[in-house]
Amino acid sequence: MKIPSSIWTLLIGILLTLVSLWYGQNHGLLPTAASDEALLVDGLFNTMMIASTGIFLIVEGGLIYSAIKYRRRAGDDQDGPPVHGNVPLEILWTAIPAIIVLGISVYSFDVYNSIGGFSPHAVHEAPIASQAMKMPGAAIAATLTDTPPSTEPNLNQEKSDEAMQDPATAAVRNVDQIPQKQNAPGVGSVAPTIGPVPGKEGQPPALVVNVTGLQYAWLFTYPETGITTGELHVPIGREVQINMTANDVIHAFWVPEFRLKQDAIPGRQSEIRFTPNKEGSYALICAELCGPYHGAMRSQVVVEKPEVFEAWMQEQQVASNDTLNQAVAVNPAELSPAEFLAPYTHDIGIQSETLHQLHNK
Amino acid sequence: MTQAQVQETANIPAQAEEPGIRKWWEYFTFNTDHKVIGIQYLVSTFIFYCIGGAMADLVRTELRTPEVDFVTPEVYNSLFTLHATIMIFLWIVPAGAGFTNYVLPLMIGAKDMAFPRLNALAFWIVPPAGLMLIASLAVGDAPDAGWTSYPPLSLVTGQVGEGIWIMSVLLLGTSSILGAINFLVTLLKMRTPGLGFNQLPLFCWAAFATSALVLVSTPVLAAGLILLAFDLFAGTTFFNPTGGGDPVVYQHMFWFYSHPAVYIMILPFFGVISEVIPVHSRKPIFGYKAIAYSSLAISFLGLIVWAHHMFTSGIPGWLRMFFMITTMIIAVPTGIKIFSWMGTLWGGKLHLERPALLFAIGFVGTFVIGGISGVMLAAVPFDIHVHDTYFVVAHLHYVLFGGSVLGIYAGFYHWFPKMTGRMLNNFWGQVHFVLTIVGLNMTFLPMHKLGMLGMNRRVAQYDPKFTLLNEICTYGAYILAVSTLPFIVNVIWSWMYGPKAGNNPWKALTLEWMTTSPPAIENFDKPPVLATGPYDYGLEKAKEGVPLSDADPAVSAGPNSVLRAEPDEPYPSIAAEKGER
Repeated sequence: MKIPSSIWTLLIGILLTLVSLWYGQNHGLLPTAASDEALLVDGLFNTMMIASTGIFLIVEGGLIYSAIKYRRRAGDDQDGPPVHGNVPLEILWTAIPAIIVLGISVYSFDVYNSIGGFSPHAVHEAPIASQAMKMPGAAIAATLTDTPPSTEPNLNQEKSDEAMQDPATAAVRNVDQIPQKQNAPGVGSVAPTIGPVPGKEGQPPALVVNVTGLQYAWLFTYPETGITTGELHVPIGREVQINMTANDVIHAFWVPEFRLKQDAIPGRQSEIRFTPNKEGSYALICAELCGPYHGAMRSQVVVEKPEVFEAWMQEQQVASNDTLNQAVAVNPAELSPAEFLAPYTHDIGIQSETLHQLHNK
Repeated sequence: MTQAQVQETANIPAQAEEPGIRKWWEYFTFNTDHKVIGIQYLVSTFIFYCIGGAMADLVRTELRTPEVDFVTPEVYNSLFTLHATIMIFLWIVPAGAGFTNYVLPLMIGAKDMAFPRLNALAFWIVPPAGLMLIASLAVGDAPDAGWTSYPPLSLVTGQVGEGIWIMSVLLLGTSSILGAINFLVTLLKMRTPGLGFNQLPLFCWAAFATSALVLVSTPVLAAGLILLAFDLFAGTTFFNPTGGGDPVVYQHMFWFYSHPAVYIMILPFFGVISEVIPVHSRKPIFGYKAIAYSSLAISFLGLIVWAHHMFTSGIPGWLRMFFMITTMIIAVPTGIKIFSWMGTLWGGKLHLERPALLFAIGFVGTFVIGGISGVMLAAVPFDIHVHDTYFVVAHLHYVLFGGSVLGIYAGFYHWFPKMTGRMLNNFWGQVHFVLTIVGLNMTFLPMHKLGMLGMNRRVAQYDPKFTLLNEICTYGAYILAVSTLPFIVNVIWSWMYGPKAGNNPWKALTLEWMTTSPPAIENFDKPPVLATGPYDYGLEKAKEGVPLSDADPAVSAGPNSVLRAEPDEPYPSIAAEKGER
């Protein structure tokens, strides 16, 4: 095996490092970062991109070099040198990827923690088993029916109750069809997702929005003011908590500029917290296949200055009161979600085609 | 006479001109010969590949423009659902079984599979299951819930289509379990005397790892699908939230099979590449044991990474971390293989005019891109951003097209002379290679960017700002469609009129080349003589005094040195057998 001279190796190594470092930070592959979380995720991606560029160049470069340098010359029917292995070399190229993925894992862990991945809800997993273990002598004899009912708080149920206290939320989350309060396995907040960032545990977020996904629209209710909209407005620089669920099939809440995604699953509550930090209007996309019109299930997230947000909120409240007064003759509970929503469609930007779909369901 | 020539001449069956099959129509019979079954698998799965590819081109045609203007959204969803199901269950997985069927018994010097009738049964399940799936388009109610078929969506789309999908996938899963049992028993019990595990060709190691994985994971998918069928037809609510069921449980059951499935789809072709590269670069495989054992490591680790498909569906934080680490670790054995292949190419005599080697190099070069994006996807915070987007579509196609499909092509070009006794045309093979590589990268490279910028997958309409990139992808897909034409014509023409190949046109050393082309029924007259290891290229030169390597003598002699019996000795010595088995 011909080993390139050490000087060449060094020069190629330096060049490779510089190219990787440059490309890793100038790839232009990500959209604007519009939340505090997005900046952290981008840092992770750029680091992975640096390592990836290096590996990519080494492998492709090695293949192209081999193809040129070691191609069989005409008339040469000899075999190559019978090299079966080289233990130090094999150890080296096992160790390098191992170290790289270990590094990426640690970095990912750190980012995940910083964006609130380890919210306190996650520790409430499977309390039934721990309960059984606390009872002296009961462990062996205990059968399933002997297990006392859990006294741990059912966070899923609490979360759901909280969301349902808002009548607007209750109206769209067809309670009669899909029970939102289940004793789902794990009892804790069933879908512990992206929670408060470290240092903010236990603190209420600045703004809570209940989100419901249904074929093919997103509905937002603001529990503090009771308004329902089809467009998410959030003030800049404040932590927002989204409590989400779905009415029919699985949807996924994705705002590319926030780098956050969470499935909205019927029968479950999931939460996600983020702090928007850049003014603008961003697409909210359903990322989980939810039927033929999945591609049309889009909405807007408007990040605006707090005063603009307050004004919007006021405006919505007035509009909402007006429609409620008009609709006082009908009992909303008797209406299907689509009928209930019909008067609002203009305000919340649902197209007639989408509404037609809903009627047919 | 060199040892390779000794091995070759000692094993040619006496009635050299007796092929296993003489008439083309015999390929349509219930034959129990593993070679016939292998070719039946390869040809029928290639037909399914063309059908699945045509569907992909329809999908891409729809995506050429941001609006829904080519097919209705319902048909669009059926098309991508069928495309994925066909490509996975009717092309890549059974094509791997086809190669294993054809090559495995030959490589280990066996007369046939352990259970020839079971083998025929396993194959004959495939075409009806595939035809049933495609026929669902004709009844106007094709499955359209994606190949993952997540409830509750799969419970509210059409019952007929979903039922056909479940039935078809169950049948195909059964077929692959039957095949895997056969491969395992054949490999464990039917090796020629003296052939220890550490002297097996690497393709056999890959088949071993794959079959073990199939046996462990496929039954879980079957269980999940049967419960889904109960939900669909019997009104149970295992996965249906309206009755208190949990859709996430289905996801766990589904991915417990379907993540290992990607290793079921790639491991056999890792094996193919490990065969092709040493033969056509005339060098022993670099790091035999590393490649062999890394297949087993991938097989084991493949079983404990499934939840990385569920990072956004709400699993506890610590669980996401666990699955992140296991997923990351898989990069290590995969990396070992990539670098070992590069080590094999390094310093060899590369026969670049041969399409088999071109496809093998193409495999390494494109698979590494899929591997890199795989590591990125394993990182939870980044995965949360790109999950269910075109980034994932790009990743999986780099792995399954840039990996598996290029591996299948490499295998076709490599073993075609053995299967038919005739050579394929190199020029048209090179054209096929160039078109495939250009089409592949043009189709799937832009998808990485699309996904990161915000294009979700499985949509018929999208934001107009993504039009340009989508157009590039679509034209790339057309090039891919065109790329198969030279291959098809080349195969059909060469099969009929191609130049005669002789028994061992590549001067390879593995046992399948030590018999006639095409091999006679029952392959060998008597248990084959092993005079050389499977990858002992260049040893003649070694005898002339060229040092093998600076490592210790055992390593220098190669991992298979124990098998190198003297020419007058019909079988490897007893000592070798004791030492290695």
